Amino acid sequence: MTQSLLHQILDHANRADPYPIYEELRKTPVHHEDGGPYVISTYYEIRSLLHDPRISSDARNLASAGADPLAEETTPQEGALPPGFLKLDPPEHDRMRRMTNRHFGPPHSPRRVDDMRPELHDIVDGLIAGIDDPGRIDLVEQFSYPFPVTVICRLLGVPREDESRFHTWADTLAASLDPDPDADPAERGKGANEARMELGMYLAGLIEERRKNPGDDMLSQLATSRGEDGQMTTMELLSTAALLLIAGHETTVNLITNGMLTLLRNPDVLQRLRAEPKLVVPLVEELLRFEPPVQLLPQRTTLADIEVRGVTIPKGSSLWLVLASGNRDPLRFENPDRFDPDRPDIQHLGLGSGIHSCFGAPLARLEAQLALSELARRLENPRLVDDPPPYRQNAVLRGPRHLHITCDGIRP
Amino acid sequence: MPWTPSTPRPRRCPVRGDGALEQLKREGRIVVVGASLAGLRAAETLRAKGFEGSLTMIGDEPGEPYDRPPLSKQVLLGKARADRTALPRLRSVDATWRLGVPAAGLDMAARRVRLADGDEVPYDRLLIATGVRARPWPREEEAELDGVFVLRTRDHGAALARRLADGPKRVLVIGGGFAGSEVASACRERGIPVTVAERGASPLVGALGGVIGAVSAGLHREHGVDLRCGVMVTALEGDASGRVRAAHLSDGSTVETDVVVVSLGALRNTEWLAGSGLGAGPRGIACDAGCRAFDIRGIVTDDIYAAGDVARCPHPLFGYQFLSLEHWGNAVAQAGIAAHNMISESTDRLPHMEVPAFWSSQFGVNIKSVGVPSMGTEILIAQGSLESRRFVGVYGYQGRVIGAVSFDHGRWLPFYQELIESTAPFPPSFPTVDRHPDGQRPMDADFPDPSVPSHGPTVTLSGYSPADRRITFIPAH
Ligand SMILES: Cc1cc2nc3c(=O)[nH]c(=O)nc-3n(C[C@H](O)[C@H](O)[C@H](O)COP(=O)(O)OP(=O)(O)OC[C@H]3O[C@@H](n4cnc5c(N)ncnc54)[C@H](O)[C@@H]3O)c2cc1C
Repeated sequence: MTQSLLHQILDHANRADPYPIYEELRKTPVHHEDGGPYVISTYYEIRSLLHDPRISSDARNLASAGADPLAEETTPQEGALPPGFLKLDPPEHDRMRRMTNRHFGPPHSPRRVDDMRPELHDIVDGLIAGIDDPGRIDLVEQFSYPFPVTVICRLLGVPREDESRFHTWADTLAASLDPDPDADPAERGKGANEARMELGMYLAGLIEERRKNPGDDMLSQLATSRGEDGQMTTMELLSTAALLLIAGHETTVNLITNGMLTLLRNPDVLQRLRAEPKLVVPLVEELLRFEPPVQLLPQRTTLADIEVRGVTIPKGSSLWLVLASGNRDPLRFENPDRFDPDRPDIQHLGLGSGIHSCFGAPLARLEAQLALSELARRLENPRLVDDPPPYRQNAVLRGPRHLHITCDGIRP
Repeated sequence: MPWTPSTPRPRRCPVRGDGALEQLKREGRIVVVGASLAGLRAAETLRAKGFEGSLTMIGDEPGEPYDRPPLSKQVLLGKARADRTALPRLRSVDATWRLGVPAAGLDMAARRVRLADGDEVPYDRLLIATGVRARPWPREEEAELDGVFVLRTRDHGAALARRLADGPKRVLVIGGGFAGSEVASACRERGIPVTVAERGASPLVGALGGVIGAVSAGLHREHGVDLRCGVMVTALEGDASGRVRAAHLSDGSTVETDVVVVSLGALRNTEWLAGSGLGAGPRGIACDAGCRAFDIRGIVTDDIYAAGDVARCPHPLFGYQFLSLEHWGNAVAQAGIAAHNMISESTDRLPHMEVPAFWSSQFGVNIKSVGVPSMGTEILIAQGSLESRRFVGVYGYQGRVIGAVSFDHGRWLPFYQELIESTAPFPPSFPTVDRHPDGQRPMDADFPDPSVPSHGPTVTLSGYSPADRRITFIPAH
């Protein structure tokens, strides 16, 4: 029997190139297999569901609907950290996101991200300078992973030395986002909750310290400031900090790695980027369309019967919104499978849309822009060693585990 | 999925006709009157769509096209300079610019635009995008007092900003519409005492109704605005040196003030078309859904188009009522449609059927609307709550969703726009995230009696009736 489309998406064998499966999926814009989630794969439908207030991001709604076996893993457990605002609905979501944004973006902190530019530049510079053998580079290990991790640590005020401790927790939590059918959900749910707990305990220690000795990092600000929305409770603070830390770990890494992979597969674009550094801005947007680090959003629930393209999705259903597929929808983008940084009108779904649109977007964009333009400028004649590279298991946060490249030298 | 302009449409084969259109595109003459938002975007679209002929941009303002929304926001806050709001150029338009000189007449038969300096500019296709101007204070001597302002142009913005920077004792804003409220908000943010006088029961009442107006009134007061509703300013009084010093109100009170901002809505710039035979008057230029202007006989022209604030067109979603909109997004969209249609075969022309959308920013709140709230009779708070001032309000008209407004909840609006586009039933019956108990039932949206004049609602509904009719239609019995 042929594998169901859902299993094909999740099957690691297809990780390197999931796009043919998405193409198949788009033939049935609302795809449903017995007992499984409703999978939405076309651009306009995804975009409108992202703005649909009848769709909840709160896992408790899914759990209470109870129909979906995947729901179990997200059932909150006694004593666990409360969900981060990614998994909350308004008004709680809005309040938490606002309180967090105060220290990150406009109107209260309009320059925060941009002010980090010189610092980011130094980090990039240090990592590239630290590449000892230009003939053998694993871009993930040596660059795309350490860069955003260092950045999120600095931003939050988490000691970089502790990275090895929370790396494992971050890995476990990121993996828990992947609705892997072969893993035992109960087991995985337990693992994820434990990791969250441990991460929470670690962060609690840090926060306590920051309360006594505040710095100009976000943790200190979140812990000490009081705005129009009042102050975060300690539990809220912990789950927000955990969310930012994890999100800062697992997405930009893939964006940068996918970016370099795409550039190496499109040497003419790489060449252009060297000659016109400003190209990097539209290039990163096109990258977010072409190879988005978050491929699909697997945890939304319908609060009412909703009709999409003539199909009624019943109340209490689990929804998967396959952003990466919508980004390649030929009804929206001409030649969608072409990587084209000159594309006009590129409103991709790579960072989501609506109230849950990527909180870290300004930082992720800046990181990717700096990383790719510097790599393009400094690596001499870079080549891929294996294509496709080995990928991580995760179908949601998709990216290469390693990216082996080689080049003739490194320019100063 | 409703059709949107970005949806690719099947292309038609261009082989047909006598080649006149190809010739027009190659060597035709297109004239645009009104060199601002709509005019510029139309010119860019013409070039983008391959128009290679001559393009003339006529504008009565001296400088290059600039953006107006910042004038009542960043400029008054001193965060941007009025002369630095030039519109970004999306592409080169390679036009002959006739700036600083108004168009003064139109000869439809000879296809010529007459300029105030006596020059005449011939055209094969004409786009009229002359927008609106601020309605002045009706008594001329009082309007000329030093310290009395309106706000429409860059010069107005610069002058008012300068005066605010001098630290006036008090600013009086006459009219609590969007523009007036934004001015009041900017003053408060700068710590300047401000009084708002509004004829209606609350600010924004004309555009959004009394339910939302009450929220707006709360915002004003909470930010220290001395808000006076249900009153009119009857007279402005100057001192010996011709500076404004006080305003008299219909309730007998007096407001001592050294700056008055008259914010009483807008007048359409159509006077220059008087006598031309075009269907143009105080309500704007009537055109069809493809932006082609009507003449006064109700016959559509094929060479004259209108776009932006000056245009009024029938909208299929609103019962083919003629809508004129003072909305930035409408000017851009309509300009694109008009430009496309000017150089397209009749079968390739596109209708302008964008759902109206508007935004404003005042007292730290981001307000957005879609559809035509002022057509609604009922309102339901579908998400959030009025008390928190973060909500989406949905307007209903005869059992369907006709508009929506959000206060700090703009990310949801595309959903409500789809409800409007699909003529969804009102009240919406489904549960939503963040639905509060007081949002379960619709209430009267509480619009003022339309026969009582108020400040402009930024959307005007009007049946087709050109100003100076020469033919009277008498139905047979
Ligand atoms: C202070 C302010 C704030 C605003 N804020 C918002 C907002 O927040 N959101 C929103 O959606 N909209 C806002 N608007 C409305 C928006 O700016 C208008 O909808 C838009 O400018 C309309 O563009 P237009 O090109 O049709 O007309 P205009 O911008 O009015 O341009 C018309 C041009 O034609 C010129 N002209 C007139 N008569 C002649 C003639 N006879 N010959 C030659 N030239 C002529 C005029 O001088 C003007 O330059 C605001 C407007 C103002 C004034």
